[in-house]
Amino acid sequence: MFGPLVSKPGSSRNNKTGSWRAGLKPKFLRKNCIACKMCLLVCPEDCIRGEGKNTYDCDYAYCKGCGGCVKVCPKADIVMVKEEENSK
Amino acid sequence: MKEFLEGSIAVARVVKLCKPGVISAYPITPQTHIVEELAQIVANGELNSQFINVESEHSAASVVLGGSAAGVRVYTATSSQGLFYMSEVIFNIAGMRLPVVLTCANRAVSAPINIWNDHQDSISLRDAGWIQFYVENHQELADYHLMAYRLAEDKSVMLPAMVCMDGYTLTHAIDVLDMPTQEQVDKFLPSYKTSYKLDVDNPITMGPLADPDYYMEARYAIQETHKEVIKLIPKVTAEFSRVFGRSYNGLIEEYQVTDADKVIVAMGSVCGTIKEVINELRKKGKKVGLLKIVSYRPFPVSEIYESLKNVPKVGIIDRSLSLGSFAPLVSEIKAVFFGKNKKPAVISSFIVGLGGRDITKDSIRDVFGLMTSKEKACEFIDLKPELLKEEYE
Amino acid sequence: MKEIRIHARAGQGAITTASLLGYVYFLKGVYAYAFPSFGAARMGAPMNAFVRTDTLPVLLKSQIYEPDYIIIVDETLMRGFNCLSGLKEDGIVIINSKEGVDLALKPKQKVYTLAANDIALKNIGRPLGNTALLGAYAAATGEIGLDNLTEAIKKKFSGKIQDGNIAAIKEGYETVLKNKKG
Repeated sequence: MFGPLVSKPGSSRNNKTGSWRAGLKPKFLRKNCIACKMCLLVCPEDCIRGEGKNTYDCDYAYCKGCGGCVKVCPKADIVMVKEEENSK
Repeated sequence: MKEFLEGSIAVARVVKLCKPGVISAYPITPQTHIVEELAQIVANGELNSQFINVESEHSAASVVLGGSAAGVRVYTATSSQGLFYMSEVIFNIAGMRLPVVLTCANRAVSAPINIWNDHQDSISLRDAGWIQFYVENHQELADYHLMAYRLAEDKSVMLPAMVCMDGYTLTHAIDVLDMPTQEQVDKFLPSYKTSYKLDVDNPITMGPLADPDYYMEARYAIQETHKEVIKLIPKVTAEFSRVFGRSYNGLIEEYQVTDADKVIVAMGSVCGTIKEVINELRKKGKKVGLLKIVSYRPFPVSEIYESLKNVPKVGIIDRSLSLGSFAPLVSEIKAVFFGKNKKPAVISSFIVGLGGRDITKDSIRDVFGLMTSKEKACEFIDLKPELLKEEYE
Repeated sequence: MKEIRIHARAGQGAITTASLLGYVYFLKGVYAYAFPSFGAARMGAPMNAFVRTDTLPVLLKSQIYEPDYIIIVDETLMRGFNCLSGLKEDGIVIINSKEGVDLALKPKQKVYTLAANDIALKNIGRPLGNTALLGAYAAATGEIGLDNLTEAIKKKFSGKIQDGNIAAIKEGYETVLKNKKG
C-alpha cells in the first residue's frame, strides 16, 4: 500500500488560487509597457502571459492578488484595482 | 563455499554480489571495516559502482536517498552516533518509500562515549518505518543482507531495510560461513526495477508537501505495508532456501521452546551464548528455551503469541533502554499478551550487556535463575554497585 | 570445545595471530571463532584476542575466562596482571620470553617459554614473534600440526614474508619439542 507518494507535473493547475484574492486584483494598463517581462518572472503562480509591448495580462483563475507584478513594474503600467472594477 | 572471514568483510563481499550502483558511507567504529573493504573492491574494479565520499553521515544517507530515488540499488552502513546523525534522512527514506539497505553495526550511544556493543542505536530508530533484522552469527549476517534487498525492493513493499549486527562480536570476529556465489545471488535477487524514480523525461516530485488532507494516508500506508511484509517474509525465506539450501523462519527462531517452562526472549549475537547455556542446562534436566526475535520491524505479534502462549515463565533480554519507562522489547512482548486468555504467568525484564559489558554464560545463568514466579521489572544483570556511590550534591 | 586466550599489547599482532590460528583450525575442517577484545585502542595498551574451536559451529560469543591454552606475546604483561587467571587444571601456557619465567602452576599445568622475538628477528627481520609462538603452540598442545600451520601461512602470505614465517614456525616448533624432551 502506498497512499500519497509522488506528485506529477501540472498538479498546480488543479488549484484555482484565484479564489484567494482579498478584494484587489492587478490591472494591466497596456500603455507604457516595454515588455521587460519582470511581471511574468515575479508572478508566484506563473499566470502572466504576453508577446511584445502592451500585450501582457494575467489569468484571474489563478492570480492570488499578491501585487508582486505591480511592485516590480518599472513603468508603473500595472495597478491594483478593486475586484468589481472592469480590468480591461 | 565455506570461508573463514571477519563479519565486516563477509558483509562487504555479500553486498558486492548484490551489485549496488551507489555506495556512500562515512567511517565510524565499529562499522568502518565494511565500507573500507567495499571501497577497496570498487577501487580494484571488481564492482562497477559509484563510491561517493562524503563529509558526514547526514550526507551519506542523503546520497543513497538520491541514488535510490534515481532508480538505482544503493548501500550504506553506520553505527551509533552516525546513525543518529542520519536520522532525519532515515525517516525521509522510509517516507519516500525507497528500498535502501543499511547495515547498522550496533554500538552504544553517547554519553558517556562508548564504542562497544549494545542495541540502543537501531532500537532508537525503530519508529522510522524501516524493516529491521537482528542477526545472530556470520551466516545470518550474510544471508539477511540478501533477503533485505529482496524484501525491500519487492513492488508491494518498497521500504528500506536495516540489517543490525552486533559491533565487534560480529563485525570484528572471524568465523566460518558458507559464502553465497554470484550465480546464486543472481538467481535470488533480480536486478532492481522501480515504477517511480527521478527521470528528466518523465518528471515527478518525490517527497512533496502533504498537508493535513494527505499526510495520515501516507503514514497509514506504511503501517499497512509492514503487515504485508510479515506475510511476505516466509515466501522470501522459502525462495532463499530453494536457492541457497539454508532455511530460516525470518521472523522468529525457536530453540527448545516446545516443552520449556522458562524461555528467554532476545535478539542478536547473545542468542548464541543463550543457546550454549540452554544446551548445558538441558543436560541437567532443566526445561529451558529461547525465542529469538529476528524481525523486530515488522514485529511478528502472532508468531510471538503462538510461541510463548503456553510458557509459564518468560524472561525478556533487552540490550537497550527506553529511559524512564519499560525497556523496548519487554513492553512490546507484554502488549502481545494483554487481554489474551492464554499467556505466560510471569514476564520478567532483564537489561544485559550495555556498552559492551561482556555477556558470559554466568550472566545468562543468572537470568534463568532470576526467572522465578516473582516478576522482575527491569533487572540489570552484572551491575557493579560499587560504581554507583559517587554523589554530586 | 577448546578455548585459547592470547595476551598482547595493541600493535603486537594478536588479532592476526588469533585469526591465523583460527584459520589453521578451519583448514583442518573444524569450526573456529576468533575475536579481539579492544580496550583503549592505543598502541601498547594491554589487549586480548581469543580463539574458540569446536567440531560444531561455535555458539558461545563471550570472552574466554577458563582457557585450555594461553599464549603470552609479551612477558612484561605478567608484571601487573594475572595472565593465567582461569587456566584449566591441565592447561598449557606458551610465553614469549628470553630468560624463562618462574610460575606457580598446578600439577598438571604446563608452561613452555621461547625467545620468539629473537626467532622472528633472525627469520623475518622484525621482532614479531607471533608465528614462532604458533609453532610452539603446535608442538606444546598437539592440537595442530606443523603442516596445517605451514599451509595456512602459504595461503595468507607470499614471497620472502612467507619463507621467513615458515622458518620461524619451524624454529618455534622445534624449540618446544627440545624442551619437552629435555
